[in-house]
Amino acid sequence: MARAVSTKQKVIWTALAWTFGLLMFFPILWTFLTSFKTEGQAIADPPVWFFFDWTLENYSAVQERSNYPKALMNSIVIAVGSTLLGIVIAVPAAWAMAFVPGKYTKDVLLWMLSTKMLPAVGVLYPLVLLAKWLGVIDSRILLVVVLMLINLPIIVWMLYTYFREIPGEILEASRMDGASLKSEIIYVLTPMALPGIASTILLNIILAWNEAFWTILLTTVNAAPLTAFIASFSAPEGLFYAKLSAASMMAIAPILIMGWFSQKQLVRGLTFGAVK
Amino acid sequence: MATQHSRSAARIMIAPAVFLLLVWMLIPLCMTLYFSFADYRPLRATFEAWIGFDNYVRFLSSSSFLSAVGTTLQMVGGILFITIIGGVFMALLLDKQMFGQGIVRILVIAPFFVMPTVSALVWKNMFFNVDNGLFSYLYKWMGLQPYDFLSQAPVFSIVIIVAWQWLPFATLILLTAVQSLDSEQLEAAEMDGAPAVSRFRFIILPHLSRAITVVILIQTIFLLSIFAEIFVTTNGAFGTRTLTYLVYQRVLESQNVGLGSAGGIIAVILANIVAIFLMRIVGKNLDN
Repeated sequence: MARAVSTKQKVIWTALAWTFGLLMFFPILWTFLTSFKTEGQAIADPPVWFFFDWTLENYSAVQERSNYPKALMNSIVIAVGSTLLGIVIAVPAAWAMAFVPGKYTKDVLLWMLSTKMLPAVGVLYPLVLLAKWLGVIDSRILLVVVLMLINLPIIVWMLYTYFREIPGEILEASRMDGASLKSEIIYVLTPMALPGIASTILLNIILAWNEAFWTILLTTVNAAPLTAFIASFSAPEGLFYAKLSAASMMAIAPILIMGWFSQKQLVRGLTFGAVK
Repeated sequence: MATQHSRSAARIMIAPAVFLLLVWMLIPLCMTLYFSFADYRPLRATFEAWIGFDNYVRFLSSSSFLSAVGTTLQMVGGILFITIIGGVFMALLLDKQMFGQGIVRILVIAPFFVMPTVSALVWKNMFFNVDNGLFSYLYKWMGLQPYDFLSQAPVFSIVIIVAWQWLPFATLILLTAVQSLDSEQLEAAEMDGAPAVSRFRFIILPHLSRAITVVILIQTIFLLSIFAEIFVTTNGAFGTRTLTYLVYQRVLESQNVGLGSAGGIIAVILANIVAIFLMRIVGKNLDN
């Protein structure tokens, strides 16, 4: 990186990288454009690109479909709820493993990660059965708990890696000064840990928002979030490309924006520290 | 220096997470294990608690199992092939000096944040559809006969959709690895007259090998459970039934819980084989 690169080279790399970047982004761009077309323009041959009468009617049409606001609300409750619940359970665990490591800390951590690798179909039927027994099938609380559990290993792991970066000497100094465990956590640790906790929350909201196995199979009507709402478009009726696009954009836009802020956390959170 | 007091406090703090994950893992898994030895078909009100290994024998010897394994291997293999080759290429490209690097990176990463049902439906309808899809327009524009991707090349189509979602992940991780490469070593090789191909072959690729291994392992674990993309595109038709999908159909669609549970246990075992390798690498990294 230290080398000076000639402008000509830089222009070539720029052109090449932008070409591939736009190619990767194209399906999202195309969905974005289509969401502002009429249904007729959406399937026009040849395709219309930028010059058409941009309309918002698809967005209002989708919002008027009775179940969209509910699906959006369900997505928010499930993604945020499962993440916050996971944080509450994971922060103490990650704190203890990072600052009071014992003989088995490493094994516990690895075991937690290994639960993340359990294929969901392996426990599909028992979960459906248990949910029915408990009378919580198709409820938000069920999905909050299930998504919390499948993401808990990642939450613990990410927090652990963040906490480990906090120098232990600071904690020892505060202990020397007579700080209790409680005040140590509140006044010393929390301020230093907040950025890491925030990043963890961000990444896990994204993962929970996009989870599409349990959210589809454990919900029918009441608790169905956007993943399931969108899946209901798989049985098309008449012309629907523009409305599908509008619904898709509304489902992905908030997460896309959050995702762009969490690129770095993605590597940390999903490689379990195996790539630095 | 951990005191006795803080040690017991630590145990209490770890306990809830460990307890929850233990319950989450053990109870459903034991139930699946139990059902896998039973003849359990709720729709026909059949329940016989112990039929030995019959379900396993039937599941493993059925032709749908072999074809599901074949489809799974094709899909996972195809996606890994595209994402690793593409990821190495994109990572090296994004590492170059250019204008608007940050924006390009955002464009490349975006597909990873699109929810699976959205990307599957967008590709299915707006790109692959034989009447109105963009690819059909492209084919017609080139004077070719439009091609019905999802019914004529269904596995390939799903590979494209999922590879599009996972290429950003591979790119991002490989980029992290590329950026940790010692540039002096590369410069020295360049000055000594090593051509670009051998610089790539003998310096860059060995440096990336660990990151590539990690990407392969992590993606394999996630890709073995692809579900939504198949659910909304072909619903398992046209030979796109993977092992995960086969188990789902046995358990929830045809409600043969015993047979499906045997399949579920087999899926767990297969995933664990991959997981062991990944855990070894992660474990080694924890030590330093």
